[in-house]
Amino acid sequence: MTGSAAVFAPGFFSSGPVHTALALGGVVAIVCGTVGVFTVIRGQAFAGEALSDIGAAGGSASFLAGVAPIWGFLAASLGAAAAMEMIGVQRARGRDLATGIVLGGSLGLAALFLYLDSTLQTGTGTTVTVLFGSLFTLNSSLIPAVVTLSLIAAGLVCVLQRPLMLSSLNPDLAAVRGIPVRWLGVAYLAALAVAVALAALTIGAILGTALVVGPAATALRLTRRPGLAMLAAAGLGLLAVCLGVVLAYDSYLWPPRGHGWPVSFFVVTLVFLFYLFFGSSGPKRIRQREQGSR
Amino acid sequence: MSPTRPEPVTAAAPTPTPVLSVRDLDIRLGGRQVLSDVSFEIGAGQFTGLIGANGAGKTTLMRVILGLQSPTRGTVRLSGTGQDSPAPKRSVGYVPQKFLLDPDIPLRARDLVALGLDGHRIGLPLPSRSRRERVDQMLSAVGAEGFADKRVGRLSGGEQQRVLIAHALVSQPRLLLLDEPLANLDIGSVREIVALISGLARQQQVAVLISAHEVNPLLAVMDQVVYIAAGRAASGPTDQVIRSEVLSRLYGQHVDVLHVHGRVLVVAGSGDSEPPGEDITVTHTHGTP
Repeated sequence: MTGSAAVFAPGFFSSGPVHTALALGGVVAIVCGTVGVFTVIRGQAFAGEALSDIGAAGGSASFLAGVAPIWGFLAASLGAAAAMEMIGVQRARGRDLATGIVLGGSLGLAALFLYLDSTLQTGTGTTVTVLFGSLFTLNSSLIPAVVTLSLIAAGLVCVLQRPLMLSSLNPDLAAVRGIPVRWLGVAYLAALAVAVALAALTIGAILGTALVVGPAATALRLTRRPGLAMLAAAGLGLLAVCLGVVLAYDSYLWPPRGHGWPVSFFVVTLVFLFYLFFGSSGPKRIRQREQGSR
Repeated sequence: MSPTRPEPVTAAAPTPTPVLSVRDLDIRLGGRQVLSDVSFEIGAGQFTGLIGANGAGKTTLMRVILGLQSPTRGTVRLSGTGQDSPAPKRSVGYVPQKFLLDPDIPLRARDLVALGLDGHRIGLPLPSRSRRERVDQMLSAVGAEGFADKRVGRLSGGEQQRVLIAHALVSQPRLLLLDEPLANLDIGSVREIVALISGLARQQQVAVLISAHEVNPLLAVMDQVVYIAAGRAASGPTDQVIRSEVLSRLYGQHVDVLHVHGRVLVVAGSGDSEPPGEDITVTHTHGTP
């Protein structure tokens, strides 16, 4: 009993904000893991980061407009996904360039909106909230919207997993089977935009991609089956968020006393440590495989 | 998903209706005329080599046959799935060029073969006994049982080719297109893969079109050849196409065809009038080991 008391600081299980943080963070982590597996396979980590950073412009604008930030994140990420699709996602190099340029412009907008947020309003926490998230301040009234969006994004990727896998391996291979490769790419980018907007809401626009890419990259090392990879990524993300919430709650007792550490810090650090721990066996295994094929 | 073995055709006999018939094809790519006047037919169980140097238009021709690109003139007709079926997905198996999989992709060899069966389907992939049996059967047909549960991206080049061939054939197509499947393989694997493809073609009565920049590895198994050079094609039985007169006409300059120890060497005759940008001096010798 003393052990669990040391891990879970007093009041952990009865705290409303903790419940909300666990519920929202958990659902979002599951979606991000599921969607993220294909982000890694398709090599779209940079696109994900761009959608997330562009979401920052939307999130900061929503404070000015007096709308819940989730809608700002969502509108900006989805708009950016559409713009990236129109600019052309066919060629990898052109895509990177277009993404980088749109990304730069959007971060400029975010800088303006965040400045206006902090000067026009007395609340000073807006910048931190938009960029780095604040899981404990989320309102439980968000749960229905977050769960609905999560079901849409994760459901889309689960249902499309076979065509997505085939088109990620080789677009021609998919096209020959009658798969509309381009529309599939659009659908996936939309799912990614939703996942990234949800991640921005929980751990911030700057850190959001960590929850999409990190657990998925780790999961790819752990399993060789597509379905299991999605499950493992969702599980790792969930674990990182739950542990992060516990540690952030505990950190109120850490120095400086009475000022908890940000939960996003713990989540992202755990995601990173998972990757280091499980990913470190990667090069060794590849070496073994090369020796085996000789 | 009924097996496509419609009529009992004896192995080498030409079928009355060809599986693939290509007629008077002109293909342009980015404003450049790549190929003109290409015509040939492939019957069930027939093994056809598509031979040409790098950049001659082999991949482009395959993409046109697959319907991924449209020709400026001419027709590509695929028969076999039943006369008037609307054929939502074409019954063509395809192994694309330079296809190497990322080592970290979470996909076992058997998963890739299964995608050949239902990769176009929407929904969760629920386990099915018949699907599993069909995949197992195909894996053993290509000799991939030994690495069926390994990550496909971590297999050797020859092993990946086997799995890709299984992926292409598992839906029992009538036509199989392989784009340079022998490139980047060691000599032993080349021999194995050629034997495997020609064996499967005859067994499953699949019409095969296989592209290569090198004719020799295919000589023993080819029923016919489509030889492309200088934007044109010559097609027919191997010994009637790989001849000095035919290839000279194709290249537009004198070309000698030499037979050395059962191999063919295509050599430009006179060194004075080589066309610019195309090296045909010794196009088809096998890299000596």
